[in-house]
Amino acid sequence: MVTPNVDFAKEIADAGGAEVKMCFQCGTCTASCPSGRQTSYRVRKLMRQAQLGLKEQIFEGEDLWDCTTCYACEERCPRTVPIVDIIIALRNMAVAEGHMFENHKKTAQSLYAIGHTVSINDKVKEQRKALGLSAEPPTVIANPEAMAQLKKVLAAAGFEKIVE
Amino acid sequence: MAKYAFFLGCIAPLRYPGIEKSTRVVCEHLGIELVDLTDASCCPAPGVIRAFSRKAWLAAAARNLALAEKMELDIVTICNGCFGSLFDAAHELNHNPELLAEVNAILAEIGMEYKGTTKVRHFAEVLYNEVGIEKLKESITKPLDYKVATFYGCHFLKPSKYKAIDDPEDAHVLDDLVEATGAQSMPRRQKMMCCGAGGGVRSALGDVAMKLTKQNLENMVEGGAEYIVDICPFCHLQFDTGEGELGFSLPVLHLSQLYGIAMGMDAKELGLEAHKVPVKL
Repeated sequence: MVTPNVDFAKEIADAGGAEVKMCFQCGTCTASCPSGRQTSYRVRKLMRQAQLGLKEQIFEGEDLWDCTTCYACEERCPRTVPIVDIIIALRNMAVAEGHMFENHKKTAQSLYAIGHTVSINDKVKEQRKALGLSAEPPTVIANPEAMAQLKKVLAAAGFEKIVE
Repeated sequence: MAKYAFFLGCIAPLRYPGIEKSTRVVCEHLGIELVDLTDASCCPAPGVIRAFSRKAWLAAAARNLALAEKMELDIVTICNGCFGSLFDAAHELNHNPELLAEVNAILAEIGMEYKGTTKVRHFAEVLYNEVGIEKLKESITKPLDYKVATFYGCHFLKPSKYKAIDDPEDAHVLDDLVEATGAQSMPRRQKMMCCGAGGGVRSALGDVAMKLTKQNLENMVEGGAEYIVDICPFCHLQFDTGEGELGFSLPVLHLSQLYGIAMGMDAKELGLEAHKVPVKL
């Protein structure tokens, strides 16, 4: 027996997931999901949990993070529920409460440190030079001043809490 | 002459620089001028950064869009992730004045503003819509006889409700582009399936990503493909680094590299030594 959590369902709605109420549980999403074919992740179930505000069930385990954001479900949804947006809203809420994989934190830290989600190394610099490209691409990675500006933008949007 | 701000992203310049190089050479060959979008950052990645903080994702994307707007140029990307992030962010900002004001309040701290004029384009779609198949065919000096599995990825066509580039269930744009080089696009099951890498799945749940990759590779081989041609460095990375472990050996080429080969580019200029799966020309 599950007890709906009305307060958390409202929080989900306020975070951009209001249209989850449109879902009538047909299961087209689950049938279309390439990740669900390989895992226990079921899109329909996640949408039902979101409707009922079942916070613990949504946040615990890996299912919420099995979505590759491929949009196969959303493209076929007969109720045009913006499923990926709802999943993003749920993930934002999970992260805000400290539910984050270590590798995801590293990706976020990389963006905050060098402005890219992957690092640069000497091997790539050599490959770039051999191709006649600049050793470092002409992005924030090559301009500390631009990087400082990006950092300021990210910090103003609350990103420091995520990388700490 | 068409002119675009060239958005590099992360994986192409920092893992597969041959994709960046090939794009530059192919565009020059076709009379498309690429101006570096200097000081741009990660798009930021739609599957990871957007999943952590939609607000930070949108603000950093708006900074990239504003940089191009200052240059009075539209953006061209060579990656589905970058295309997805920048296109989706621009769409949201252009249709939500309240959100735009909120983001501009952040950008004001670094003396920038996004007005909403930058259009976001993808290299593949620019070739198809701006250059056109006929002109592309004329540009080929070395027709190819490859049997190709075309790999569309996800964020190039979806969400289709506002991207409207091609039918996400039965697309033809990339197949037409590949076949213009003389290569043959081979049919296969689940052709529009995700590579497995997106949404932060590759970094946090790598074994799940690999299961999707394996399914794709099995379908490609069953369909008779000998090469994979992608339009996204992240799909490219997932296949190229995953094949060895999974026991496959289909060379992986970005569309820009395929065109580079078909336009007679020197093998050294394609950056193929960065590839794990050997590519023999």
